[in-house]
Amino acid sequence: MDLSVNIGKLRLKNPVLTASGTFGYGEEFADFIDLNRLGGIIVKGTTLYPRQGNPYPRMAETPSGMLNAVGLQNKGVDYFVENIYPRIKDYDTAIMVNVSGASIDDYVGVCERLQGLDRIAAIEVNISCPNVKQGGMSFGTTCSGAESVVSAVRKAWGGTMIVKLTPNVTDITEIARAAEAAGADAVSLTNTFLGMAIDVERRRPYLSTITGGLSGPCIRPIAVRMVWQVSNAVHIPVIGLGGIMNGRDAIEFMLAGATAVQVGTANFIDPQVSVKIVDYIGDYLQRHNLPNANALIGAMTT
Amino acid sequence: MKTVMDFVVKENVRHGNQYALLRLSPVRGTMPEVAPGQFVQIDVPNSRATFLRRPISINYADQRELWLLIRRSGVGTNALCDIPQGTTLSVVLPLGHGFSLDVKGNVLLVGGGVGIAPLLMLGKRLVMRGIDVKFLLGARTSTEVLQLDLFRQTGETRVATEDGSLGHHGLVTTHPLLEQAEIDHIACCGPLPMMKAVAAIARQRGINCEVSLENRMACGMGACLCCVEDTTDSGNVCACTEGPVFNINRLKWT
Repeated sequence: MDLSVNIGKLRLKNPVLTASGTFGYGEEFADFIDLNRLGGIIVKGTTLYPRQGNPYPRMAETPSGMLNAVGLQNKGVDYFVENIYPRIKDYDTAIMVNVSGASIDDYVGVCERLQGLDRIAAIEVNISCPNVKQGGMSFGTTCSGAESVVSAVRKAWGGTMIVKLTPNVTDITEIARAAEAAGADAVSLTNTFLGMAIDVERRRPYLSTITGGLSGPCIRPIAVRMVWQVSNAVHIPVIGLGGIMNGRDAIEFMLAGATAVQVGTANFIDPQVSVKIVDYIGDYLQRHNLPNANALIGAMTT
Repeated sequence: MKTVMDFVVKENVRHGNQYALLRLSPVRGTMPEVAPGQFVQIDVPNSRATFLRRPISINYADQRELWLLIRRSGVGTNALCDIPQGTTLSVVLPLGHGFSLDVKGNVLLVGGGVGIAPLLMLGKRLVMRGIDVKFLLGARTSTEVLQLDLFRQTGETRVATEDGSLGHHGLVTTHPLLEQAEIDHIACCGPLPMMKAVAAIARQRGINCEVSLENRMACGMGACLCCVEDTTDSGNVCACTEGPVFNINRLKWT
């Protein structure tokens, strides 16, 4: 069964990617699954300089989901290039780096440092992190902000560029079109939804930052709707994510128009879920007499 | 090596109405090697109110059984305390970095409330290594001093209760043993204020001390970066992978 799909010039062996910030650098899951079976791994958000992230507490469980306020904790791109990349580069899967920053120069700086690493299959430009005060989501909430980052990164990065969109906007299709016009090879959506939860007994917010990013199956119907809207608005591939817990959910995103999917929060609950989803898609195609994974993309009939 | 395994609840032993001891055994396969102070992540079955797994400290493990001592502290632990015998549970284990076993001299294991859980296996392992181990266990009242017989079988055990119904009257941190006895190493697990007070005594007396944190976590394997603890040497580190057991010298406790 041919599960491969194409994101621009990049061919993935199957449509299942692991979402940035939910899968470490892949190694954390090597005890549980054969990483080579994944379509790709999108590593933790990487910035030009090391970031300590936000203070603890950073997490609250919510109905059918969770809030996080990690705040892009990472050791910086130099550490990634020197210490992590050599350890993960030989996995037989598409290694993608999620690139984050507080300024356009930050994004460009990370890309320049990654340029020339021949095993980086793509970058995912994160203009959608809700948990850092400067940059991040602020670039992703206006068309001009998205355009400015994406066009600058386009000049600095010759390879496949995915732009990760925030759902915390009035019309996500406008932002997606701006990213496409500025040279994105694909868009991924959605990042987390801005949310908040209060410990009523202590009368305090659960998160040190008060607000955080909501993920998990509670956001899935909204994310599916946005993927459907965006896939009808742009000509580049859409990568769908938001609360995918199993193979059925992954198929749902593809039927809505996604070329590939990302599995995020579900990795926390079942560290083997990503490969189970790969298996499910193969079985589904067989069960429905479909020739390949491409036959699923936007295949919802109304 | 970490793994996801199904376990069956062989017995659910209630301790009063606040605690339960779950005795689990693997549905198939053999128990992985676990170290004292490590923990497991349990998927709470048939629970609409929980989404994430629940991190639970390992109370005891051998080649056949895994024991988890659980206190009711929320919807997840409530459901686990009420779990019927025969239920199958999905468990991720073993997780985290446990207590040091290469310790020397007089070793005191200090536990408070359900925090005594990992100290039972730790004590047994240390005794097997020929180390002289004493336990100091604290609770609100005598009926909440859990597994006292098992601790007494393992080593000399002192008790402190807040209401004075058993042993020393007062908090475990006011027990004379902590101030007077010759101690070379302390391993401690309990409520955060208790661990901080024990750490302060240890620091003052120059005693090597390890504590087990229970920071709120999602994944339990270093992927989500939610359970971080600020350390003196490396800033924010995951309590789930670098801990839950930390030497107090690494912690920014004052």
